[in-house]
Amino acid sequence: MKYMTQLLKKHKAMSYIDKITSVHLDILKEIGNIGAGHAATSLSTILGRKMNMNVPHVRILSFNEMIELAGGPETVVASVFLRIEGDAQGNMFFILPLEQAARFIEQMTGTEAFSFDHLPIPELALSALSELGNILSGSYLSSLSDFTKLSLYPSVPALCIDMVGATVSAGLIELSQVSDFVIVVETAIGEDVESSTFINGHFFFLLDPESYEIVFHSLGVPLHG
Amino acid sequence: MVELSNIIKVGIADMNIVHSPALIRTSGLGSCVGVVVYDQSKEIAGMAHVMLPDSSLSKMGQINHAKYADTAIKELVERIVQDGASIRKLKAKIAGGSQMFQFSSGTDLMRIGPRNVEAVKKELMALRIPIMAEDVGGNSGRTIEFNPKTSLLNIRTVNKGTKEV
Repeated sequence: MKYMTQLLKKHKAMSYIDKITSVHLDILKEIGNIGAGHAATSLSTILGRKMNMNVPHVRILSFNEMIELAGGPETVVASVFLRIEGDAQGNMFFILPLEQAARFIEQMTGTEAFSFDHLPIPELALSALSELGNILSGSYLSSLSDFTKLSLYPSVPALCIDMVGATVSAGLIELSQVSDFVIVVETAIGEDVESSTFINGHFFFLLDPESYEIVFHSLGVPLHG
Repeated sequence: MVELSNIIKVGIADMNIVHSPALIRTSGLGSCVGVVVYDQSKEIAGMAHVMLPDSSLSKMGQINHAKYADTAIKELVERIVQDGASIRKLKAKIAGGSQMFQFSSGTDLMRIGPRNVEAVKKELMALRIPIMAEDVGGNSGRTIEFNPKTSLLNIRTVNKGTKEV
């Protein structure tokens, strides 16, 4: 695997985004859907009720468009950030609007009427959120791992409650060195839409530029040509 | 209200120029650095939202100048001078360069905030533009807004409120 990584690095990752076709995007969407399925099962188990996750879109966006998608640069959100390590590298973000994050915390910790307005935020609440991100990304990654036969594992989650622009840009640093665009596998998380307690979050999956080639290669659809 | 209606927005890895009475703003600075270069006598200012310290980090053929500290500041100065500012009267204010996530096994890229700040300062010094105020580092996101009429930079963070420098 190491050899392959080196070999692939020789191919300039320069125009990787130009080599990505709609077939590749469809494959990412399929992987995303399977990963989301696993993650939804885990989430349902924690919360004790049925949760749905699906991948509505896999898109190529500019940095600014991606930040808009996550709620706009100045919107305050809770985000859990994990590095993907192993044969392929990348970043994962689990982003929740504060109101939704509070609801998750209430359900996971059994607290009533939790709010982020009271500082400092209790350690247990933060830990619950990190754990949520951890479980979601873990199940997401393990399905990708099964699919590709690559060994992938998430780093320890880092949590941050701040503006979207400030948090998401941290995950764009690697990509920004080779491109002004990002492939976003966007996942919506929620209960049935009819339910009044619909929780709406975003899950972003961003591979490092060199890793796209590795992932597609292991799936039998290399980026050549 | 009339004044409020005219705010020029600068996105990530983006830059723009503003003339009084309009304001210029960039939102959600994390590890990125917002650089304001201004000429108070002409009431004109330029702002860049810098993402990376050095254009040599780029692995692309064509680069977006606003993304890197070195190229962004050069171009910003060029553009503001073209718009009528006097190069010897230029001053700067900077904000940003936080570390948003704390990782124990941090790669060098996780330290990007401080490196961006260093690079911005170095470039401003090379162009002999004095830094009149700065609000850098820490671990909060910032939204900044500059008024070329008063030369004041308004900085807003989520937990520490608003201040003007």
